[in-house]
Amino acid sequence: MKANDLVELAGRNLRESGFRNSLTTAGVAVGVAALVAMLSLGAGLQGLVTERFARSGLFNTIGVFTARDMRGMERSERRSGVLESNTRPLDDGARKDISALPHVIEVYPEVRLLTDVSFEGRTLFTSVSGLSPSASQNEAFEKMHGRFFSGPEAEEAILHADFARDLLAPANSPGDSFPLPMGPRTGSTPDVTDAQLDSLLGREIVLHYGEREPTPPPTQAPAHPTGRGTRAQNAAASTARGDPASGDSTDDTVSFSVVRRERRLRIVGIIDTEPFAGITASAASRVFLPVGLAEKLHPAQASTLRDIMQAKPSASENYSALVVRVDDPARVQPTQDALKRMGFRTFSLLDATKSLRRVFVIVDLFLAIFGSVALVVASLGIVNTLVMSVLERRREIGVLKALGASDADVKRLFFVEAGVMGTAGGALGVLLGWLIGRVINFGTNIYLTNQDLPHETVVLLPLWLIAGGVAFAIVVSLLSGIYPAARAARLDPVQVLRYE
Amino acid sequence: MPDRNGTPNAIRAENVCRYYTMGDSEVRALDGVSLEVRESERVALVGASGSGKSTLLHLMAGLDRPTSGTLETQGRNLATMSPEELAAHRRGTVGMIFQAFHLLPRMTLEENVELPLRLAEVPREERAARVREALEHVGLAGRAAHRPGELSGGEQQRAAIARALVNRPSILLADEPTGNLDSRNGEEIMRLIHTLNESLHMTVVLVTHERRLAASFAERILVLSDGRLAAQGPPGDPTIEALQ
Repeated sequence: MKANDLVELAGRNLRESGFRNSLTTAGVAVGVAALVAMLSLGAGLQGLVTERFARSGLFNTIGVFTARDMRGMERSERRSGVLESNTRPLDDGARKDISALPHVIEVYPEVRLLTDVSFEGRTLFTSVSGLSPSASQNEAFEKMHGRFFSGPEAEEAILHADFARDLLAPANSPGDSFPLPMGPRTGSTPDVTDAQLDSLLGREIVLHYGEREPTPPPTQAPAHPTGRGTRAQNAAASTARGDPASGDSTDDTVSFSVVRRERRLRIVGIIDTEPFAGITASAASRVFLPVGLAEKLHPAQASTLRDIMQAKPSASENYSALVVRVDDPARVQPTQDALKRMGFRTFSLLDATKSLRRVFVIVDLFLAIFGSVALVVASLGIVNTLVMSVLERRREIGVLKALGASDADVKRLFFVEAGVMGTAGGALGVLLGWLIGRVINFGTNIYLTNQDLPHETVVLLPLWLIAGGVAFAIVVSLLSGIYPAARAARLDPVQVLRYE
Repeated sequence: MPDRNGTPNAIRAENVCRYYTMGDSEVRALDGVSLEVRESERVALVGASGSGKSTLLHLMAGLDRPTSGTLETQGRNLATMSPEELAAHRRGTVGMIFQAFHLLPRMTLEENVELPLRLAEVPREERAARVREALEHVGLAGRAAHRPGELSGGEQQRAAIARALVNRPSILLADEPTGNLDSRNGEEIMRLIHTLNESLHMTVVLVTHERRLAASFAERILVLSDGRLAAQGPPGDPTIEALQ
């Protein structure tokens, strides 16, 4: 029999015992709804957490360092000697090569400096970090006062609210203590209102920093410094006169100066929480500026001192670290592998991601098991309904066989009936599960509103769950139909037609 | 295979046995039956209850399989056919009518008659004409939309005949077709089957225990007794008369 005829006959049979079949279908719907609601909750919670992490940039970010850094982070490679033989400087060429890697969407240097910031005659010592344009997606900027940077090199600054309060605090308040706290504040915070914080927007701070300026060999050094800074110190021309081991006798003395500079920056935003700006940079930074501007400043960072101490300092400015963002957290591992092949050290929170995913898989599994119990009960309802149907329709089955139906035709007819109940029950169940999810979301958001918290989507019904819910209901229904269908197909038409 | 008169056989049985096991005992429903039925012939299978006539009819229909022996329709041995082939035989070669009509009560006459066409996977656009033609043959074209419960017994049996005819089988197997009808309706049904036999040249095998009905309808009567073919001959044959 053709499929459309089977479906038509099955539909007719189901309509004949409409009430009983509706109850069975409702049982399937309740089972699927329970399953869908449970998994929606799992998906919602997972989405909530992963979205937070994804927006923070934690899970699609890789920190890249030169192989000579990060010692001890990958012991196996150090033991194998890969590290020593395959080092490469983290310079502009490397940055260009890394940018060309597939799935890499952003590469920027990690810029962090400890410096003085002046505001209306007061000078505070703090930590300053560069922020990439993509950081605007960060959760920290959701409820910021003001706005994000107008461009990658805009002469603008965003302040952490703690630092802003310190700027506004009266003289001799705790804000004047030195050094300013770099981590979470433990002391008292000056009592500053939001309106006062907002008054800072549009005003200027002055950033004092040391610019790293390469200098020619001492005999050719310029008589006067360039720029509007003053040469504060002619720092540490590090030398390395050849490598005795290699017999290199070239005089590769290089030197650079650290020149004191100033830069006026307009305050455009104030944030309450720290954004993620890289692998190490964001921690405890209190002033943020566009990473493009930060690069242009060529500030002397902590790594500058380390460069001085290196046996072979580079004449050109190397990056202490690059932050690489990929388009998908799943691309972190292959990109890390590619970076390692290029001779760099990498660091990411991939392992943390894996652990988190593992936890969610287990949570989903348990939710699915609890949800499936209702569907298993519903499947017993299908078996019961179809067995009853076989008993009631013995004569019909006998007639069908006498008219030329094969055992397979009879089996298929009952499978289709089971499948129709499963499909209808699955679709209704997904709808019911969605409604349950909406109610949970609604209730949760009422509670969150009362707690003065932003609305969240706690229960999420992804497309795969809609399709999966219906498909699972169909599969369970078909499995439930196996026994009744086999029983119907086994009926002996001679016996049935003789005695029915 | 043609018979001695040169007319091809519609059915040929050779030493057909059908045994059933009931507990520890064996019931010989058919025990070495051999017979031939020519194409377009009207044959009546008669005998007492339990003589094996319905069993033989079910074997001819492909609803059951002989325990041993050969049972051929149109040269193909039903005993060796697969279940699928037997289903195809029921769909295409034979049409069956029953004493209890066995129409499906929730379907209209039209839908009941269409059922064999669905099973035979006849294209949908062809079905309506075939159903109408079959219902016209039995004089029920005007009752197509009625359900069996809305018809008299005679009309229901006519509808069952239309359902048996719709796939244009070459053999019509009728199992006590007048058993549930009054004499007037019974005669009407037998006249209809007779007409169909003559107009459509269908072979008809009628199972009945009514001597008068068999004599008035059949060209040849086969008498079964205790699972064996006891006699065969034209109506009025003294041997047949003696056995009935």
